[in-house]
Amino acid sequence: MSQKKHVSEANIKVAGASTLLKRKRKPHYEDGFLQKLGKQKALLLMSLPFVVWLIIFKYIPVAGWVMAFQDYKPQFGMFDQEWVGWKHFKELFNEPTFYRALENTLGMGILGLVFGTLFAIAFALLLNELRFLTLKKWTQTISYLPHFVSWVIVANIVITMLSPEGIINNLLVGTGILNNPINFMARPDMFWGIVTAADVWKETGWNAIIYLAAMAGVDPQLYEAAKVDGASRWRQMWHITLPSIRPVIIVLLILNIGNLINIGFEKQMLLGNNIVAEKALVIDLYALEYGIGMFRYSFGTAIGIFKSVISIILILICNGFAKRMGEGRVF
Amino acid sequence: MKKRKWTGFDLILVLLMAFIVVITLYPFLNILAISLNNAVDTARGGIHIWPRDFTFANYQEIFGSNDLLLQAFFMSILRTVVGTITGIIASTMLAYVLSRRDFVLNGFVGFLLVLTMFISGGLIPEYMLIRELGLINEFGVYIWPMLISAFNVIIIRSFMDNLPAALEESAKMDGANDFIIFSRIIIPLCLPVIATIALFLAVMQWNSWFDTYLYARNNQALTTLQFELMKILDNANISSGDITSQNADVIAGQTNPQSIKMAITIIATVPILLVYPFLQKYFVTGLTLGAVKS
Repeated sequence: MSQKKHVSEANIKVAGASTLLKRKRKPHYEDGFLQKLGKQKALLLMSLPFVVWLIIFKYIPVAGWVMAFQDYKPQFGMFDQEWVGWKHFKELFNEPTFYRALENTLGMGILGLVFGTLFAIAFALLLNELRFLTLKKWTQTISYLPHFVSWVIVANIVITMLSPEGIINNLLVGTGILNNPINFMARPDMFWGIVTAADVWKETGWNAIIYLAAMAGVDPQLYEAAKVDGASRWRQMWHITLPSIRPVIIVLLILNIGNLINIGFEKQMLLGNNIVAEKALVIDLYALEYGIGMFRYSFGTAIGIFKSVISIILILICNGFAKRMGEGRVF
Repeated sequence: MKKRKWTGFDLILVLLMAFIVVITLYPFLNILAISLNNAVDTARGGIHIWPRDFTFANYQEIFGSNDLLLQAFFMSILRTVVGTITGIIASTMLAYVLSRRDFVLNGFVGFLLVLTMFISGGLIPEYMLIRELGLINEFGVYIWPMLISAFNVIIIRSFMDNLPAALEESAKMDGANDFIIFSRIIIPLCLPVIATIALFLAVMQWNSWFDTYLYARNNQALTTLQFELMKILDNANISSGDITSQNADVIAGQTNPQSIKMAITIIATVPILLVYPFLQKYFVTGLTLGAVKS
């Protein structure tokens, strides 16, 4: 079930709750809120532990945002802290390291978005055209194997393949493209590219699933008509398949742009090393290193808040943009 | 539709697909070959998809002589089993409550759950919470924070929505309470979706390494295969990192960490390889439901 659908269902549910409250105000005593609750003791007991869980594990951390406005020291309680206002944010915006982390995050985020989307669509298009069905099924199944293995394993694979003795260097030297093997993992200028390539290798098959599903829904009559008009298969792909899945592409692009800053840190942490550290430092790693590594909890929290705010702004911008383009809002 | 002729276009497609299959599978086969090859011989290079000097020594090292790696293997299994079972119980129960539209708190609980998909406290507040709860270096840190995922609850609930309501009603007539209905009627009917979510949870637990890194790195009893692999990776990848040093003695005691690394990679991949083709049917449907709503 889609997240969006659930959100709208949640809205319906909220509306449902308010009609319940209205009914309570009615003069005749059918069943009040509390009486009803009394009859639903089992349901109440079954949901209570999870409500408590949600509050503790999901909402208390949000309340922890107040740390960003304090000089948080763990030995004191949450409310015995010294309040410092925007100090940590001011500090953050004066740190050159912060801008480097932001640049790396957005750089790898944009590269991942562009190449991730392009490769997934291209792969889906080609797979969609494949007429040898057994090969199609096998290719698809194999293509999303990397999605299910952890980044630790993928990082190991990437480092092995790209090592000076690895297959990539063997091929490049063997074909005469390079004279000597390159130590790819020790080249800061190549780090963004390596992360993007690893991401494409791991996720293309998985990301193509959605596009393939959309392509399966295209009206076959369109292709028949194009064939009658003598359109080649390239032209059919370009003029029928791609325009037909345009709404799906746009919705996914918008969702992904909203997440541009939430690229995480796993890839950068596992593929990075001291030599390329300058290019591998992303916002989450920065928060981890400063916030937990250096015990600057308040500063780390401020980084997290900055990230959330940017993320919300990006989502709102994209949402408005989609509305203007007439593709319907995402939320 | 009459059968079309095979054209050059089809040939190019088939070749491209073969290329994609090769670049996806080659790394796994290469690592498998290295893990089954004599470590000293591997250093000479040139191993592709077939071992040159066949040996099980690397696996024997993990399962025989290296206590830490054996322990890590069992901890990976333990957290996967416990995390999957607890996660399934929690998500199914919550999904059932949310599928009951007549429950007076349905809207409230649903809202609380869905909102978590859009807001999150972030790395540092979550770390502080885990610390305050005393979960650092405890097994619970693998279980509690991952107990419920809103996405999984929604999938189970939408499955429950499609169950025939008559069964539930007749049980109610017979005087069964909500908990009995849930455990005797709903759960058996939901087994297909429960199996799917269980596999998802198992993959997630099996693949986790960051929680060990952040919360449990000082308790050796809690180390997992993924985390041990991450540590060897960290060592080999000329990175410093504070966790590297404490593992130095383990690394030094092995004949060849590179070959051990490959063997761990294979051990960590095989369960995924066995499980994910069976998931295919479900996640394709799940994803499609999400995507092609327009």
